[in-house]
Amino acid sequence: MIPMTRVEWEQQLASDYNRRGRRKTDYYSDSKIGLADLYDEESLKSSGFDAQRDLGFPGTFPYTRGIYPSMYRSDFWIMGQYSGFGNPEATNERFKFLLSQGQTALALALDLPTQLGLESDQELADGEVGKAGVAINSLQDMEAIFAGIPLDKVRQVFTTANAIGPIMLALFLALGEKQGVDPSRFTIVLQNDILKEYVARGTYIFPPTPSLKFTADAVEYCTRHLPHFKPLVICGSHMRQGGASAVQEVAFTLANAQAYIDEAVGRGLDVDDFAPSLECQLSVPMNLFEEVAKYRAFRRMWARLLKDRYGAKNPESMKCFIRVYTTGYTMTAQQPLNNIVRVAIEALAAILGGAQSLSANAMDEVLSIPTREAAQVALMTQHILANETGIADVVDPLGGSYYIESMTNAIEASALELMQQIADKGGAQKAIEAGFYQEIIRRNAGEYQKEIEKGERVIVGLNRFVDDKHKMKIESFKADEGVQERIIQKLRALKAGRDKEKVRGCLCALEQDARLGKNTVAALIDCARAYATIGEMCQVLGNVWGTYKEGAAWL
Amino acid sequence: MVMKSSRRIPRVLIAKIGLDGHNRGAQVVAYGLRDAGMEVIYTGIRQAAAGVAKTAVEEDVDVIGISSMVGAHLAVMKRLKKELEALNAADIPVMMGGIIPEEDYDALRELGADAIFPPGSEVKGIVQYIRGVTDGLMDSGSSGNLVRQQD
Repeated sequence: MIPMTRVEWEQQLASDYNRRGRRKTDYYSDSKIGLADLYDEESLKSSGFDAQRDLGFPGTFPYTRGIYPSMYRSDFWIMGQYSGFGNPEATNERFKFLLSQGQTALALALDLPTQLGLESDQELADGEVGKAGVAINSLQDMEAIFAGIPLDKVRQVFTTANAIGPIMLALFLALGEKQGVDPSRFTIVLQNDILKEYVARGTYIFPPTPSLKFTADAVEYCTRHLPHFKPLVICGSHMRQGGASAVQEVAFTLANAQAYIDEAVGRGLDVDDFAPSLECQLSVPMNLFEEVAKYRAFRRMWARLLKDRYGAKNPESMKCFIRVYTTGYTMTAQQPLNNIVRVAIEALAAILGGAQSLSANAMDEVLSIPTREAAQVALMTQHILANETGIADVVDPLGGSYYIESMTNAIEASALELMQQIADKGGAQKAIEAGFYQEIIRRNAGEYQKEIEKGERVIVGLNRFVDDKHKMKIESFKADEGVQERIIQKLRALKAGRDKEKVRGCLCALEQDARLGKNTVAALIDCARAYATIGEMCQVLGNVWGTYKEGAAWL
Repeated sequence: MVMKSSRRIPRVLIAKIGLDGHNRGAQVVAYGLRDAGMEVIYTGIRQAAAGVAKTAVEEDVDVIGISSMVGAHLAVMKRLKKELEALNAADIPVMMGGIIPEEDYDALRELGADAIFPPGSEVKGIVQYIRGVTDGLMDSGSSGNLVRQQD
């Protein structure tokens, strides 16, 4: 039998469409990359694919197929569920529960006042103390959160400190001293990515220029003293959740990474001394294959950026450790149990994409802070994927797929184009200050909503397969409304009881260092040891650097 | 200033009060309302309730929309209502959207929320609500001419 040619197959395809119709005229990925009917060797070739150059082996440049040769055959990814709420004592209880359930790393969520350098009793903090995470005012609260949890008993602790990144670093180091655990025996991961805060997450305190320097203080300090710490996680996930597409997420994250690397290199650090400690955090919405391709493209672009632009020699600098969060905007408040399925599919995409760490959202996050049951289902979703499906048993199982490799190339090409536009605007900081990222994201979020309302984008239970009669009821988490008052009492007791002279002296030294443009971390550690509050430290820094505010505008 | 009663184009203030920086919902709604032909002021994130109330009065808005994503909705509503009352403006309807559990609806309404738009709400539903509010004003007010009057 003579094998069929592509042309012959296309004739069959056309007659099949004629007979059976087609669901849509054109098909697109979420990033609006046009999709062919079928991907084959030809389409891969025409996308410029060169297996040797673009793929290599897992654990080798350009790391498209993963950063380790053995990937999940050695060990599963880190299952780091994000948690922490209310007061330090409640968070301590939740942490102990999660550790007992086999969780291998802790993620510490901070409430908004803490992230913004406000003390729990400030008027602006009212109603938000202990809501989106735990309230931390001083070292005393850190001691309570980690009571009975020596830092060396956890593989690593991750925290969402951004504007206060270097301050959280100082608090963890002071906590280690208190617990008698040497910092060589634990790893702290700081998000510490301030640039994306001006785009999507909003927890900035100071203006961009001093903020970028503050971020680099932690990078510099860790590079010189604690090279196993992870002082910076460059994030695309929040911008993605804010509305960016997969391609935009890749481009914005890498452009921001360049800004940080430029700053660190500008301080005289060797790129190979700090780049291995950098990590990235990306989101994973529902468009499965595009997401898998996104991770592969991202790793390759990171590797090439570090090697070609920054002249990195150490392979560790070129390997990008990727943290993944499943996505909030893909969840629905309608038929919320369906979110369990969505989270499972998103988590699957992250693993097929070769993630190093994964946080799976709880199904009820669209309604409130997760309940204990929902958080457990999310963690068990990861265990099911790891242990029951076999997806972790072969390295890069989708590598070589015509579709995945073509998509990987398409994402890389489009993201490089967008990065060039950012470079033309003077780099990430300037582009963000000019609102370039924000405008793109806002437009995308608006389009997404329009597609839903027009019914062009089907969201099950929301605009299709709607069930108004049988309301799925799930129990939502009830915040303990007395928490704020108790935290404030504790804060006041702390202030009454500590060595006021010592606190004042440490804060003065901090102000001095900030004014002189010195690295602030050493002074911050002294402040933490003296039980100065995060609020006090930020106040002092704000006096030197000023603060940043968004204003009202007519649209 | 063109007063509400004679104005034909609804004027809306979309605000983020408190520390919550999740602005996707607020922006999608704000721009959606603009695209529906309304006049919209977006405050940006991290505003104080007093400032929002003041802007609402100064700009003579028909509706205030508040977006809350981190569980502070009750506290935020309470603060805003107090500030509006202090300015004798408690009659400006307040709509609230975001992550708001159903069991809080009654409490929110008691605090003065006129409408609640939970996750999954459509912009067109919000447009409809605002038109309902402003049509009500028009019925009790004036000319029925749908062209915007110039200031």
